[in-house]
Amino acid sequence: MHELGIVFYIIRDVKKVAEENHVPLVKTVVMNIGEVSTVVPEYLTDCWRWAADKEEVLKGCELRCNILKAVTTCNACGAEYATVEHGKICPLCGSEDTVLKCGNEVEIKEIEV
Amino acid sequence: MDPVKVIEIKKSIFEDNEVDADNLRKELKAKGVFLLNLMSSPGSGKTTTLIQTIRLLKEKLRIAVMEADIDSNVDAVKIKEATGIPSIQLHTGGMCHLDAEMTRQGLDNVDLEGLDLVILENVGNLVCPAEFDTGSCKNAMILSVPEGHDKPLKYPLMFSICDVVVINKMDVLPYFDFDLDKCKEYVHMRNPKAQVIPICAKSGEGVENFAGWLLQEVKNWKNQ
Repeated sequence: MHELGIVFYIIRDVKKVAEENHVPLVKTVVMNIGEVSTVVPEYLTDCWRWAADKEEVLKGCELRCNILKAVTTCNACGAEYATVEHGKICPLCGSEDTVLKCGNEVEIKEIEV
Repeated sequence: MDPVKVIEIKKSIFEDNEVDADNLRKELKAKGVFLLNLMSSPGSGKTTTLIQTIRLLKEKLRIAVMEADIDSNVDAVKIKEATGIPSIQLHTGGMCHLDAEMTRQGLDNVDLEGLDLVILENVGNLVCPAEFDTGSCKNAMILSVPEGHDKPLKYPLMFSICDVVVINKMDVLPYFDFDLDKCKEYVHMRNPKAQVIPICAKSGEGVENFAGWLLQEVKNWKNQ
């Protein structure tokens, strides 16, 4: 539901990098999207198409999403496990004292020009 | 075909916002103004809670309100008519949240001179506002009884960033399967430090506890 807002942030940051590097046209933007970032990649690319084509430097520019696995660390037994599969409860020891190690990234990895 | 050149960026899209938010907090601190970010889902009673809270605090603090919505100015008008305090409406232009830059733009339209407290009523939404730091000094959220006691499990980020969780519409408790003890337990699973304050904004019952918390936080902010 907030993908359009995120697209505006991406556009702002990419335009800045393009300007700094004197790039007239960006061909591809590659994103790192964590599995539990609450960003839906399909919505993101739909919103991207609509918004990016309105920008001279991003006309026709493709948005690609790399999906990063989410991993949770258990503070009780030290195990690391797949967040999407097991959620907040450690599958090894049953503890709820767990913390997300990675998987909530929404970052611009690189651009191709 | 032109050779493709790759420019590595590797930057979180939230990074700039976090810097903006920290700067805004420093500026507010220098001016002695406390900014409260109030969040909830649509229809949980944010505006009614604010009106009751302002009635209790307006003799003690100089207050202004910023209402953020996708469209309309009904909330800003309601606050101004009911309490007489300055109230401005921000339009997010379709965005589902406010970020620090938008908050700053809103504050530019508020006369901060002599103010103690600005309350930002964020867009009604339990997802996006939790991800964007507005630059506020404290975060509060309202969960209303009809929404259900399981919301802290479903929207963990929102509950984990809030300093206080107000449970509103306690008057309709007999008509819903809302378990207050379970709700508190779930909130504390996500955020052991969060205070939970049950109220009924319509009758004003319990609102003094929220107003008391807010008054103390404003004092702490000024004396820190």
